[in-house]
Amino acid sequence: MTATAQQKRALSEADDLDAKAKAGAEFKTTGAEAVLRVLEDLGVDVIFGYPGGAVLPIYDALFQRNSIRHILVRHEQAAVHAAEGYARSTGKVGVVLVTSGPGATNAVTGLTDALLDSVPILCISGQVPTHLIGNDAFQEADTVGITRACTKYNYLIKDAERLVPALYEAFHVARSGRPGPVVVDLPKDIQFAEIDMQTADAAKTRATRRYRPVVKPPESAIKQAADMLLSAQRPVIYGGGGIINAGDEASKTLAELVALTRFPATLTLMGLGALPAEDKHFLGMLGMHGTYEANMAMYHADVMLNIGARFDDRVTGLTSGFSPNSRKIHIDIDKSSIDKNIKVELGIVGDAGQALKMLVAELKKRKTALGRMNIKEWWEKIEDWRSIRCLDYDQKGDIIKPQYAIHRLWQKCAKKDVYVTTEVGQHQMWAAQYFGFNAPRHWMTSGGLGTMGYGLPSAMGVQIAHPNKTVIDIAGEASFMMNMQELSTIAQYQLPVKVFIINNEWMGMVRQWQELIHGGRYSESYSASLPDFVKLADCFGMKGISVARAGDLDGAIDEMLTTKGAVLMDVRVAKEENCFPMIPSGAPHNQMLLGPNDKTGSSVSEEGKILL
Amino acid sequence: MAQQAMQDDKARHTLSVLVDNEAGVLARVIGLFSGRGYNIESLTVAEVDRENSLSRISIVTRGTPMVIEQIKAQLDRIVPVHNVRDLTQQGVHIERELALVKVANTGDARIEALRIADTFRASTLDSTLASFIFEVTGSRSKITAFVELMRSLGDVEIARTGVSAIARGGNVDMLVRPLDSTKN
Repeated sequence: MTATAQQKRALSEADDLDAKAKAGAEFKTTGAEAVLRVLEDLGVDVIFGYPGGAVLPIYDALFQRNSIRHILVRHEQAAVHAAEGYARSTGKVGVVLVTSGPGATNAVTGLTDALLDSVPILCISGQVPTHLIGNDAFQEADTVGITRACTKYNYLIKDAERLVPALYEAFHVARSGRPGPVVVDLPKDIQFAEIDMQTADAAKTRATRRYRPVVKPPESAIKQAADMLLSAQRPVIYGGGGIINAGDEASKTLAELVALTRFPATLTLMGLGALPAEDKHFLGMLGMHGTYEANMAMYHADVMLNIGARFDDRVTGLTSGFSPNSRKIHIDIDKSSIDKNIKVELGIVGDAGQALKMLVAELKKRKTALGRMNIKEWWEKIEDWRSIRCLDYDQKGDIIKPQYAIHRLWQKCAKKDVYVTTEVGQHQMWAAQYFGFNAPRHWMTSGGLGTMGYGLPSAMGVQIAHPNKTVIDIAGEASFMMNMQELSTIAQYQLPVKVFIINNEWMGMVRQWQELIHGGRYSESYSASLPDFVKLADCFGMKGISVARAGDLDGAIDEMLTTKGAVLMDVRVAKEENCFPMIPSGAPHNQMLLGPNDKTGSSVSEEGKILL
Repeated sequence: MAQQAMQDDKARHTLSVLVDNEAGVLARVIGLFSGRGYNIESLTVAEVDRENSLSRISIVTRGTPMVIEQIKAQLDRIVPVHNVRDLTQQGVHIERELALVKVANTGDARIEALRIADTFRASTLDSTLASFIFEVTGSRSKITAFVELMRSLGDVEIARTGVSAIARGGNVDMLVRPLDSTKN
């Protein structure tokens, strides 16, 4: 980046002030500038945001200091999703800046998404001046009230002295323990108020005092876990997003644990990449649209080791029929996740990475016991389930099967370091099934909240963090249209994001459920009046590709991947295809539907119909 | 069936929660209960340590053992919550509630009201020719019994504080985490 002379001057002035502050001279600044100085100090290099009346002082400081890059989105929801993509692909905190009222309320979906998927986000929102709070002022909303239920924690700064301590603590809370979104609501008068930065260092040290999650699990519990694992005849490892949040080292340790024990392992939607997809012990994703072998292994296991997953309802199916004969170990950094949905025999509170390290060390001490374990029969059984090849599909003729499109995309990307985001729906599940991830932090999807419109802005955030990598948003046409205004952001910053739209002209997952549960009455699930995606791409100055014939797919994917800039690719796929295998809602793991003609599994029960 | 058995397994628990006395903390606690569908029988809160700006919230709730454990874990992860004590699980503890009971009546009922108040060791805070205001302190059941008796003796208006509770014995429940005395 080339700084103009003016900016350079501003920077050197800032350096002078830094020196002054370090020398212990009295240093006063404004609240707005203090925000920037704290973020700089915390190593923040990019902010996703949208300006407005109540944050103008911060935008002014941003302009004057020119120290942090700002990405101007087209909607605040997209700012949060972009920050999520940035955070999840880097492990850093994603920072968002929005104005009061509508700025903050637009961010709510993104914040809730980040809460459910444990993504570290710091969202700074403007607020009307303190003396107007409660007066129904212009663009006033009770932001801390509204976001209380969708943040890990939030602050309303009514006293200028609290600003710097709150920012440091907010950042600490967002990234520590189970990560999550934190909102700091900043009235406009506080942004103008005088702040003494001399106390900043002390505030920084104090920031970690109040919130101290348990990170190191107790040794005795790890020993007990090792005992349980060594007693198993049919063990299974079930890993989740907690492993990815624990850092790349945790994923490596998981691979080590699997190599050491040769236990079969499955991952949740959020955990994909924690164990290389090509590892022969990996059974694929589990859950509602997981593989047959993963779900059957869960059902028939006698000892289950859950690391960093939360027995989510997409995973367990019918809880009373969930893995009925297993003794369960659950490692989680969040104590409230243990015994919430599924009662376990051994709950261990701690960081997934540390717990895995300790467990590997413990098992290494017991090599003989490990050697005596006989899980050959168990593996034979698993290979039987595998041999069903539940993900096979029939690509015949000219019409592109959606599975084929994603499968080919993956095969074309296999040798590249590719980052993938998705929207929500059938395409998301197909991406999880057919795209293999061999490293953590390469897969960004909205798991907990299931937010349509997540993928495109999230891909922007990933691309900002990894400017030279290929970033693909595997999208559905309906989801894509929920945040397609962000094409403008992509154009502005020339982000080479590839949007791979699986276009079946339906809200596919809605249609699938209407077919299964509501007698095929497709109420309002058809994507009418779709745009011409090639022209849409053209009008934002990006490349549009449309492909409708199976024979042309490879060429189109190649063209997309070799294009330097952004690409919008419209893949016209078979319209009536459903996502299988599937555990119908209200059924346990051993009653999977393998395909449209499968009559062996259970159909949806009356109780199941009311479930999601 | 297993779930049915667990439904019947509900028990009443009194929780004592030490929190930072800051705006929003009570809303967060109450929001947790409403948002996750837990039950609140009673909740009281007041500042207990001005210097360190701490409040104690006493909560009476009902739930299966699994739900009670959930409630405690959920409370404990709220940032301004310092500690959560399950007084019911810890064993012997004292629970007290205060009620102000206004009873409007005349004649014999009036004399009877005074006699019952005396039996309950309630004190008379206010009196007119046609009413009394009693202050009664005690366990929840004692207060409920007193209120029921007063109802049969006239028109009654009641203000109750909800349960405050503390563990018995010489153990003083201090903060686990040292507080910074310079904290503003």
